[in-house]
Amino acid sequence: MARLQLRNLEKDYGEFRAVHGINLDVEDGEFMVLVGPSGCAKSTTLRMIAGLERVTGGEIRIGGELVNDKTPGDRGISMVFQNYALYPHMKVRKNLSFSMRLKRRPGEEIEAATNQVADLLEIDPLLDRLPKQLSGGQAQRVAVGRALIKKPQVFLFDEPLSNLDAKLRASMRVRITDLHKQLKAAGQQATVIYVTHDQTEAMTMGDRICVMKDGHIMQVADPVTLYSRPANTFVAGFIGSPEMNFLDGVIEGENSIRAAEQIVALGEGFQKRLSGDAHGQVTLGIRPQHLKIAAAETPGTLKGKLNHIEFLGHEVYLYVDIGPKRLIAVVPSSTYDRSALRDDWVWLSADPKGVHLFDRQTGENISLAA
Amino acid sequence: MTEHILQNTTTARDVETVRARELRRHRINAVLRYALLGGVGLLMLYPLIWLIGASFKTNSEIFANPGFWPEKPTLDGYIAGWKTSTPYTFGTFFLNTLWIVIPKVIGTAISCTAVAYGFARFEFPGKKILFASLIATLLLPNVVTRIPQYLIFRDLGWLDSYLPLWVPSALAGDAFFVFMLVQFLRAIPRDMEEAARVDGANTIQTLIFIVVPLIMPALISVCLFQFMWTMNDFLGPLIYISSVEKYPVSLALKLSIDTTEAFEWNRVLAMSVLSLAPALAVFFLAQKYFIDGISSGGIKG
Repeated sequence: MARLQLRNLEKDYGEFRAVHGINLDVEDGEFMVLVGPSGCAKSTTLRMIAGLERVTGGEIRIGGELVNDKTPGDRGISMVFQNYALYPHMKVRKNLSFSMRLKRRPGEEIEAATNQVADLLEIDPLLDRLPKQLSGGQAQRVAVGRALIKKPQVFLFDEPLSNLDAKLRASMRVRITDLHKQLKAAGQQATVIYVTHDQTEAMTMGDRICVMKDGHIMQVADPVTLYSRPANTFVAGFIGSPEMNFLDGVIEGENSIRAAEQIVALGEGFQKRLSGDAHGQVTLGIRPQHLKIAAAETPGTLKGKLNHIEFLGHEVYLYVDIGPKRLIAVVPSSTYDRSALRDDWVWLSADPKGVHLFDRQTGENISLAA
Repeated sequence: MTEHILQNTTTARDVETVRARELRRHRINAVLRYALLGGVGLLMLYPLIWLIGASFKTNSEIFANPGFWPEKPTLDGYIAGWKTSTPYTFGTFFLNTLWIVIPKVIGTAISCTAVAYGFARFEFPGKKILFASLIATLLLPNVVTRIPQYLIFRDLGWLDSYLPLWVPSALAGDAFFVFMLVQFLRAIPRDMEEAARVDGANTIQTLIFIVVPLIMPALISVCLFQFMWTMNDFLGPLIYISSVEKYPVSLALKLSIDTTEAFEWNRVLAMSVLSLAPALAVFFLAQKYFIDGISSGGIKG
């Protein structure tokens, strides 16, 4: 019922085109995260869905119905804002019930709904407080409650956790995903569009993630696919921490590539993964986690000078200079022993499963064929 | 100073002496400060104090005795002043003033809020030009518009009624207030209004339930200013009101001067004191809300 569809959605600010005709389908009950660097128009897209921003072109459908010209109140959506946007002059109780009071629902119904939401979010003790008497986490829960009480078809979250400290953010993350599951289990419509710039939030919360850049959608996929099969260099670089290593290279022979004036072995059968037009100039992408320390002078490995290390306990970040390029490798602490290195030279072998080749012109991943 | 203290920290007694000296200096400073403030304050307030004192004097004593304390306090000024030399008591004039002030304040609050909301939050064709002309009227001296305005109101047949005093304000004629509210609104994030719209409020509901409470501190100052200015307005009523029964206090005070042959200064002063009272009372009452509004209305993220 509460399927959300965006069709060729466009937004212009004067001469500047912020959103370039994007298409997105969010299934009923799905938790969709819009993620991207600042200025990628993810918030603009969300605000168009909410009806707070006029649509320049294209269609927005909620539950199959065209809502382009509907007011925010009539779209069956509710929204949680980054800085909570609680009404400062109303107590929490009134904040929660504002939408119902506008609709002139009977008093008992409002009371019951308020209490139910307060129970669910554990904010009963706060009902008679003013927003300024709440901590950030409490205010955010009230803001979620205010969205919940409307029983909307689609929930919109606009970077709701970015004003909270790291610890609270982690617990609110779990709370929101739990809430989503609870609502789904209770048979309530619970399609969620969640905007964030934080890839951890995106990866941990989303059923699917929509990665955006400069008003274009780069890839829409579930977290595992996004991580293991990024569609292009942007997604590959954006998702994952530390960032994926990129080296310009040329395919040489069947299963190897020449990059940074060295030959990197890609393993048997790598050719099968390449799509038809894969030849010539490519960008090699390897996640830091897919690099291992190999024995000295092993053929097909990358030789580099260890610049410095970061010890994180269970793992070690190695910063290795290969020619002018610096690679990061993340290796388990147990496999790393600096004293075994001769003059800080290291040989890094790439796990073929974690190697991606991108077309250097278009940035498209050309190693997804198999 | 710190060096001085550091050198003296060798013994506990030295520390004590330094501390005592500091304390003494502190006290002397405070006494000087308050004496200066009190002195200047008294200087500013003296005319007011003299006015109150003189209102209890007899007419002859006002000029004979320059001090503010009446030798033989009397209420004659108040009693005779209240009766006035017209068929109406001063009570009528007070009611007239209220009858001018209250609709004007209400009209100003409503119209200026609506206009400021429009300018601060909506995009419409010609907005820039309209706002610029609004600001331009701020810079225009009042005197320039007096005669055209008078002619308009005369042609409308509104002379000797309160309409020329009410209507301009009820149509957001006070550009200064609109400007003040626009500036205040611009500093308030739009999130709350957007949240209200998502909650299903239309434009008017958003204005009444969300925007008005948010701008309450500014709105109270607008009402306060309008109240004071209208109470003290002399020229407006002088131009438009001609029958004595409609005179507000500001005109009535003048009335008692030119209808009697020998000026009864004690009556004038007594009535001046009375006419100050409402403005003072409102100011002190509103000041509390005003300060409350500023400290609690702050928008926390």
